[in-house]
Amino acid sequence: MRIQLSAAKVHNDFIRKVEEMSGQDLLKCYQCGECSAGCPAAFAMDLLPNQVIRLLQLGEHEAVLKSKTIWLCAACQQCYTRCPKGVDLSRIMEAVRDLLMLEQGDRIVIEKLPAETLAEFPQQAFISGFRKYTA
Amino acid sequence: MRIPYYPGCTLSTKAKGFDQAARQSFAALGIELAELKTWNCCGATFPLSRDNLLDLVGPVRNLVSAAAEGDKLAVACSTCFNVLKRSNLVMRNEEDKREKVNFFIEADYAGSVQVLHLLEILRDEVGWDNLAKAVKKNLADLSVAPYYGCMFLRPPKEMGFDDHENPQILENFIRALGAQVADYPHRAECCGNYIAAFDLETTKEMSYLILASARKAGADLIVTGCPLCQFNLDRWQQDLAMKHGGFRPIPVLYDTQLLGIALGLDATTFDLDKHYVDPRPILAEKGLI
Ligand code: SF4
Ligand code: SF4
Ligand code: SF4
Ligand code: SF4
Repeated sequence: MRIQLSAAKVHNDFIRKVEEMSGQDLLKCYQCGECSAGCPAAFAMDLLPNQVIRLLQLGEHEAVLKSKTIWLCAACQQCYTRCPKGVDLSRIMEAVRDLLMLEQGDRIVIEKLPAETLAEFPQQAFISGFRKYTA
Repeated sequence: MRIPYYPGCTLSTKAKGFDQAARQSFAALGIELAELKTWNCCGATFPLSRDNLLDLVGPVRNLVSAAAEGDKLAVACSTCFNVLKRSNLVMRNEEDKREKVNFFIEADYAGSVQVLHLLEILRDEVGWDNLAKAVKKNLADLSVAPYYGCMFLRPPKEMGFDDHENPQILENFIRALGAQVADYPHRAECCGNYIAAFDLETTKEMSYLILASARKAGADLIVTGCPLCQFNLDRWQQDLAMKHGGFRPIPVLYDTQLLGIALGLDATTFDLDKHYVDPRPILAEKGLI
């Protein structure tokens, strides 16, 4: 992938909002890959967690917005726990999800969930899922 | 001893057996888990956006209720525990958020309550030796795989009551009950959490890694302290056995169910029959029910 850099792009509005909402300094990440090595959902992701943060560092947030990864992050905190630089990637994922949903609307339509799912799953799954997939 | 107790919404509905076993076991150990007079759902997820104060309202209201009834709050579900404990730390340590949340809910709360998981109470108030003395059944022939999941341990800077990479509290609990611990590497890997309701195939595979790892370590059953972990691990085992040849389903119990059984309590109110992989055959085979 060919990436063109400019100061304006690297410090674009979206990136600034992600930093503000997550409280994280994206440039602290030095791409060691520890987050991706420990991420339990990485096998199903199209962008690995460390790639998400790298693309954001470069101002390439469009690629992140298109990926499945932000929706597969289970907020398990393993990446944050193991990151040698103390970067809380789970907060960055949340900020990206929230910003995207503020623009494009909710990720799920509660009324469209299958009746069997609604009847069977523990309450906790919906409450946390609604909090993650609606804004 | 009487400790204010927060059951949470799942323990009041889909996971009643978890709650029943907790109350009865603690009563048998001389501790009354006194349900809070008023409580609401904690929200099941700690808000990770810095400007999301609204999601702190639910958990903080519970903490305010708890403060009116004592200085401790006992919690059974690891997820509620995570949300309540982290929210409490925000109220204790972050002045601007404390002021805004207090203003909004018309309270004056500064994080005074100590949020305790039931296992912490067993460790610190009862003690493993005393617990071992209260055990009535012989579990020596039972191999139990501890499953921590995520919320109990992470993030360690905030949850911090056990080593997050090598936790021991569930192992010590299992040993105190007289059972054997099945040591396996996936005990603190995430089961998929809420993703299960929205991307089932991914969570099935996440659960499979954990289940297969516990089986390989020779476990007869798994114990966990989170109703969603329990569901995710338990629910899809038939599908997984079809897909992964040679995998034998393994029962998943709540930690308090095993506690109640070990204490010799009548397990008929623990809803053992509500689990998808029936734990009763192995428990009967080992002479425990
Ligand atoms: S573990 Fe931390 S420093 Fe390493 S790649 Fe991930 S976010 Fe960056
Ligand atoms: S919080 Fe998300 S990105 Fe981080 S390890 Fe867990 S699932 Fe992966
Ligand atoms: S985590 Fe749960 S079960 Fe626990 S009260 Fe909160 S939402 Fe409900
Ligand atoms: S439900 Fe899964 S995600 Fe939750 S604490 Fe349990 S292991 Fe983690």
